[in-house]
Amino acid sequence: MRIVVASGKGGTGKTTVATSLALTAGDSVRFMDCDVEAPNAALFLNPKLDTRKEVGIQLPVVDEALCTHCGKCAEVCEFHAIAVIGKKILVFPELCHGCGSCTLVCPEKAISERLDVMGVLESGMTPSGMDFAQGVMNVGEPMAVPIIRELKKWTPAHPFEIEIRDAPPGASCPVVETMRNADFILLVTEPTPFGLHDLKQVVGITHELGIPSGVIINRDGIGNNAVEAYCDEAGLPILLRIPMERRFAEAIASGRTLVDTALEYRAAFETLLQVITARVAK
Amino acid sequence: MKQLIVLSGKGGTGKTSVTAAFAHLAAQSNFANQVVLADADVDAANLELVLQPRLLEQEDFKGGKVAVINQDTCSACGDCQAVCRFDAINHADGLYVIDPIACDGCAACVYQCPSESITMREQIAGKFYFSESHYGPLYHANLFPGQENSGKLVTLVKQRARLQALDQNRELVIVDGPPGIGCPVISAVSGASLALIVAEPTVAGVHDMHRILQTVKHFGVRAVVCINKADIYPAGADEIEAFCRKNGIETVGRIPFDLTVASAMVAGEAVTAFRPQAPSSVAISAIWEKVVPALLE
Repeated sequence: MRIVVASGKGGTGKTTVATSLALTAGDSVRFMDCDVEAPNAALFLNPKLDTRKEVGIQLPVVDEALCTHCGKCAEVCEFHAIAVIGKKILVFPELCHGCGSCTLVCPEKAISERLDVMGVLESGMTPSGMDFAQGVMNVGEPMAVPIIRELKKWTPAHPFEIEIRDAPPGASCPVVETMRNADFILLVTEPTPFGLHDLKQVVGITHELGIPSGVIINRDGIGNNAVEAYCDEAGLPILLRIPMERRFAEAIASGRTLVDTALEYRAAFETLLQVITARVAK
Repeated sequence: MKQLIVLSGKGGTGKTSVTAAFAHLAAQSNFANQVVLADADVDAANLELVLQPRLLEQEDFKGGKVAVINQDTCSACGDCQAVCRFDAINHADGLYVIDPIACDGCAACVYQCPSESITMREQIAGKFYFSESHYGPLYHANLFPGQENSGKLVTLVKQRARLQALDQNRELVIVDGPPGIGCPVISAVSGASLALIVAEPTVAGVHDMHRILQTVKHFGVRAVVCINKADIYPAGADEIEAFCRKNGIETVGRIPFDLTVASAMVAGEAVTAFRPQAPSSVAISAIWEKVVPALLE
């Protein structure tokens, strides 16, 4: 079973929920931090990261000796990442999506490919025996999606029953890539106008992907009850409420997980997992 | 003309609340009628929720294209699926179908299809808006859920804001930035005079602040740092200030944790306008007083 924890708005508590859910889910869990621009779950789960792999996209490399400057490669590139100017051929790595179309169409077979490193995948075990993996995008790189895609394909060291993916904020392509082929999406929001607005954005994605979802209201008690009203109207189940308590905020700030701070939440997260399992089985 | 961009790395640290307060404060200062606002967080565009602007114009934003298979001529050879690196082509019941959400728009399949059955179709990926707020013109947008090319839309929002400022001789563009460090952030940072980083004194906030500071530096933009929710974890706030001192980055103030910010959001107002005497309002006003000279430097 693959569960994605997403939110739309940043800072609503995705990592708080994902790490606590993972810690209560037993031994057979794989945790995947897909927020490759700002990966934070390791700060709470403290894995020993001992395996590493560089990832990125395949960039074209043109063999000038074979190239006839016919311009076919530039013609098929939708991203203007390769250009033929007179007898010169230029590749713009920052525009390339690594689709391989130029390589395929070159009549002289003059194009080969090399890995353009955009980030790394890292994995290891946490002290509690959980299999942990994360992607970390290099500073200055624009594209998160290829790193997330590779992370999802990365074969885990141990078999597992439950995969928990911590998603990036927002509602564009990196979030979609994180959600693809998931079984359930947990949407963490806060009961404020910002939280509601951005929740609606991600709900739109879950509908397009046809993946069942449920809502967690974090910092319950602040703002207003518009999130509740929306969930009611949209038929979205509210699966858990975590009240606004300063001691939670302080503990999480210092790098502690919610279930380690407030033991009573262990039972709540166990129930949450049972509810998700039942909904997925339906 | 100066461009101030508000960024954070980590989401939810308070970028939009600070931006809205700055818009209000600027309107009360020498910058009155000199400001253009831009919301560059196009997949979670929240600035309009606090500024409550009057919508003047809207346009469709054409994003990337997606491939579509003509099933009448498709011979179901599967070549398209073999060349697709984005796992966007599904095969079920003898048919090959493109998943528009997964399609990257590269058109590799178009050129490999032996029966020429695949074409590219343009998509409306979002909306682009021009509005009038109490504190000046606002350029904003809404990227439809799940769409690509948010960087392109951010660039469009910023370009229009800049042109408006040049057109009307306005001196300051204030940009509410997106979280993260990827393509929309890179688009948002380009051309900025100064970046204000809204940091959070949490282990996650500090980690992500390092990454956004490196990103901003990589693109040659100067940064100053303020600390929001500073009293939640004073050790974290001290760590941020020590790091900034050591690296020659100016810190421009601490904002205390204050639920007035959430109340202002519900009221649809900038916190400094909603309750000027609230601890967060007082702190943000003091930060604004420090950001202005840094911006003009």
